[in-house]
Amino acid sequence: MSEYKVKFEVFEGPLDLLLYLIKKEEVDIYEVNLTKLAAQFIEYIEMMREFDLEIAGEFLVMASTLMYIKSRELLPVDQQAQLEGEEDGEDPRWELIRQLVEYKKFKDAAAQLQALETTQERVFPRVPGKLEFPDEQPAPKPDVSIFDLLNAVNSVLKRFEKREGSTRDIFEDKWTVSEKIEHVVRVLTARESVRFSELFEDAMSRSEVVCTFLALLELIRLKQLICAQPEDFGEIEIKKRPAPAVAPIASGATQESPAPGVADPQP
Amino acid sequence: MELKFILESLLFSAQKPLSPAELREVFANAAAEEDADATVKSLKKVKEAELVAALEQLTQEHAAAGRSYRLACVAGAWQFVTQPDYAPWLKALVGVKARPPRLSQPALETLAIIAYRQPITRAEVEQIRGVNVDGTMQTLLERGLVESTGRADVVGRPSLYGTTPLFLEYFGLASLEGLPAADELRKIIVEKPPAPVTADAGLATPPPDQLQVAEGSVPATGSAPPTN
Repeated sequence: MSEYKVKFEVFEGPLDLLLYLIKKEEVDIYEVNLTKLAAQFIEYIEMMREFDLEIAGEFLVMASTLMYIKSRELLPVDQQAQLEGEEDGEDPRWELIRQLVEYKKFKDAAAQLQALETTQERVFPRVPGKLEFPDEQPAPKPDVSIFDLLNAVNSVLKRFEKREGSTRDIFEDKWTVSEKIEHVVRVLTARESVRFSELFEDAMSRSEVVCTFLALLELIRLKQLICAQPEDFGEIEIKKRPAPAVAPIASGATQESPAPGVADPQP
Repeated sequence: MELKFILESLLFSAQKPLSPAELREVFANAAAEEDADATVKSLKKVKEAELVAALEQLTQEHAAAGRSYRLACVAGAWQFVTQPDYAPWLKALVGVKARPPRLSQPALETLAIIAYRQPITRAEVEQIRGVNVDGTMQTLLERGLVESTGRADVVGRPSLYGTTPLFLEYFGLASLEGLPAADELRKIIVEKPPAPVTADAGLATPPPDQLQVAEGSVPATGSAPPTN
């Protein structure tokens, strides 16, 4: 009795308590003396009551089952009550043993799961660094709309208005959109960003400006470029969108761009 | 180029565990590239079974090499993980793994029963544990370790429960087959024929005339089952 007080374990249920009592007896579950076990179990319940512990209903059910088994043992075999409706001749002792064995197996399985749980806490997965570039610059401020771009290109075109005002030179088309795409990509490979006006600095004619502009639009459409306007009314800045597959997509663009009409912007 | 080494390189740089289906997709995508050479193209339609076989071989090779890391299959997806022995240093490097608190004993018992016997109703779990499991079931459901998988075809149509992929992840299991002693516990336990339950004959108080019979054959109690 006193040793209970020292080693007062919390049991998960009556089956747990029975297993503990069996373990204390150091006998196999199949060979346990149920009558003795019943006595110990009830002793334990008594003690729980003494300690004013709340006794779960399951413990009382088990106690009554054990009492039943014990009382049944008192009768000679041929006088034991065999048929009690649901019992159907099932030996209650065997039923209890079966339940104990089954519960014991799952209790052991739970211990194995617990071992896996603690092991898994100590296992670290390989987490490679992300392959992408660090998140593109502190989010470009207001996105540039197509109208901002048109305004910008219009102001560039004004340069040629004066020059081409009265007389018109006639010259062959020297520029194609695909060439200009390559040019823009080249510029942006060399530098991180370029101002909008810089792209048109070398432009000789209206048609060259138009070609470059179309190239720009094409690259934006293909999500190769980011246009940003860091300040209100400021210069539009063009940057390369950090993407792993720039080259193949850019080459696809050059194949695609000499589409009818696009490659020939001359009026 | 050997398939297993291609897989090794993929898993080495993968951002997350990869399932054979995902790996297969990678092989198909690689073969779809314009510059794919004959080797890449030849693996376009590699079978999942081949991948799994190669992965298993790779796992064994890594295990045999006794490295500090191993190839692990968790919930059907493969990844490289460190051996548990190196945890002290890894903890110092990357910090303690963000994991929910450990499961309580009742939760583990309940989980074990569900894992091995799924799909199973709450009443069946209670039958095995011998106690009410409402609270622990709630915990397990909240933690996403078990889920309702349907309804049993019995009176009242109670919910059936089973484990989730998270359960496998949490315990580092490849599949439910990987549960310890799965074959023994999964199936209904083979019940031994009712072995005589030894009752303390001294405690029973049979009438004197019966006592003599009992003396001759002590396992008189044992002869009870055959009479049924």
